[in-house]
Amino acid sequence: MSVDQAAVRRIAHLARIAVTDAEVPHLQNEINAILAFVEALSAVDVSGVEPMTSVIPMKLPMREDEVTDGEIEPLILANAPLAEDGFFVVPKVIE
Amino acid sequence: MEPDLTELTSLTLAEGRDALRSRRISSVELTEAHLAAIERANGLNAFVATTPERALEMARASDARLAKGSAGPLEGLPIGVKDLYATEGVHTQACSHILDRFKPPYESTVTAHLWRDGAAMLGKLNMDEFAMGSSTETSCYGPAASPWLPPNWSVEKARAALAGDKRGLLTPGGSSGGSAAAVAARLCLAATASDTGGSIRQPAAFTGTAGIKPTYGRCSRYGMVAFASSLDQAGPIARTVRDCAIMLRSMAGADARDSTCADAAVPDYEAAVGRSLKGLKIGIPREYRLEGMNAEIEALWRRGADWLSAAGARIVDVSLPNTRHALPAYYIVAPAEASSNLARYDGVRYGLREPAADIVDLYEKTRAKGFGAEVRRRLMIGTYVLSAGYYDAYYVRAQKIRTLIRRDFEAVFADGVDAILTPATPSPAFGIGEKGSTDPVEMYLNDVFTVTVNMAGLPGLVAPAGLSAQGLPVGLQLIGRPFDEETLFTLGHAIEQSRGAARWPQAWWE
Repeated sequence: MSVDQAAVRRIAHLARIAVTDAEVPHLQNEINAILAFVEALSAVDVSGVEPMTSVIPMKLPMREDEVTDGEIEPLILANAPLAEDGFFVVPKVIE
Repeated sequence: MEPDLTELTSLTLAEGRDALRSRRISSVELTEAHLAAIERANGLNAFVATTPERALEMARASDARLAKGSAGPLEGLPIGVKDLYATEGVHTQACSHILDRFKPPYESTVTAHLWRDGAAMLGKLNMDEFAMGSSTETSCYGPAASPWLPPNWSVEKARAALAGDKRGLLTPGGSSGGSAAAVAARLCLAATASDTGGSIRQPAAFTGTAGIKPTYGRCSRYGMVAFASSLDQAGPIARTVRDCAIMLRSMAGADARDSTCADAAVPDYEAAVGRSLKGLKIGIPREYRLEGMNAEIEALWRRGADWLSAAGARIVDVSLPNTRHALPAYYIVAPAEASSNLARYDGVRYGLREPAADIVDLYEKTRAKGFGAEVRRRLMIGTYVLSAGYYDAYYVRAQKIRTLIRRDFEAVFADGVDAILTPATPSPAFGIGEKGSTDPVEMYLNDVFTVTVNMAGLPGLVAPAGLSAQGLPVGLQLIGRPFDEETLFTLGHAIEQSRGAARWPQAWWE
């Protein structure tokens, strides 16, 4: 399995990472090197095997659905690149 | 044997603890000695941020508690913290530019436990960016240098390299390279580290220190910058196995804020150090004997088995047939989970923000600027293997292989084997700039002996096992049953004792 340049651009967009035209061939080679490395797995017999969903046998713990935290707006905004009136400020989202 | 109290930074964590408790030294003295050593070791680039005022404040508070007789298990002991642990109000960037200037308003559970038990924070330690790497070379702050001299290098040559681009100096391994370098250079009594594919164990082996990745779920991951949530685990690096046991007891424990953290009691791990090995059965897995394996590493492995046998353990051959699938499966699972975990770094709420015309432009430009090459590579692989049309062929298949890997271990343990002995790394430490520049997979092969343990969720300990013919540290790995870190401490200590007295590099870097 290998990727072409169009696939590299599509993956970059899915990952929301800008790539320049100059970078695409190099990225393509790197990704294909890794895909070649993992290719051996396609030959393994996994019929009847469940994917591992829990690393150690454990039931997901539950808790009461009540508010135990909050009212910490200044702390939440403290690291914001841009904040105003208790909001994170971003460039336009919708045309 | 009485420790030399005139060389405060040459004490082990246990010796420091005992000297403080008997009031032969003060925490302020001990902390000042380490802060001074850190200052002199700036060139090694082990620390990326230091907190001297806070360290001394904590030390003074510890001295007061020691005087009153109300000392905690780590009272007054100066510790380094890997940069991916959230430390309230202090630099926490996982050594990435995308978290530039980020200071968390909260504390990770693991570090909160250390401060609860009285430790003092010296600062934050260098690491591969987002824990993705095996040499600390992907750090946005540049590599840390190992305090061990490359074979046949003079001190002058090493100092010149240190002042330049560090090429040729040894890597301390990764991703917890700063932690391992700082412990080996005696800049802290112990350090917190983390392990997703070997990031505690490989640096420990490369620097002659001890390290343990506990069972998945033993420690809380709350407040740790996440890389791969089903593989990440917190653990200590220290100069001795006993010191690791002391650290783990404080670090471990249940936490309601991490739903994958086990609600299991934490035993007194230190009590397992020095226990008899009689009755323990140690497995030697044949699939770990690789073709073209480094002869010295293979001889070390055999020597380790002989040491454990001489100490009373029984050695048996075992088989873990799916071993060879672990590394490729890891390089599907870990990047996939990383692509999900690193989606949050988008320039909106914290860290770097690039100027942009609209929101998507903001995401794309910020992430392109803020992530290094290795991180970008892994995020793209991860995104690809999770994308529509490929999810079943790659991610689900790799998760099925994980089940097979775990079953292999379960079968061996069900047969009465208590622990498995393997090499830790395919070679001793390599040079900065030596690997990975043309082929990313070359660097990944470093993890071949360690990733199986994360894939199965088991505990793995690396004990220092001596020096190679060229004078470089080598380590041995022990893999244990779930939540049986105690047996690993017992065995690791036996290896440490068998190798003889510890030797540490003289401070050529000052």
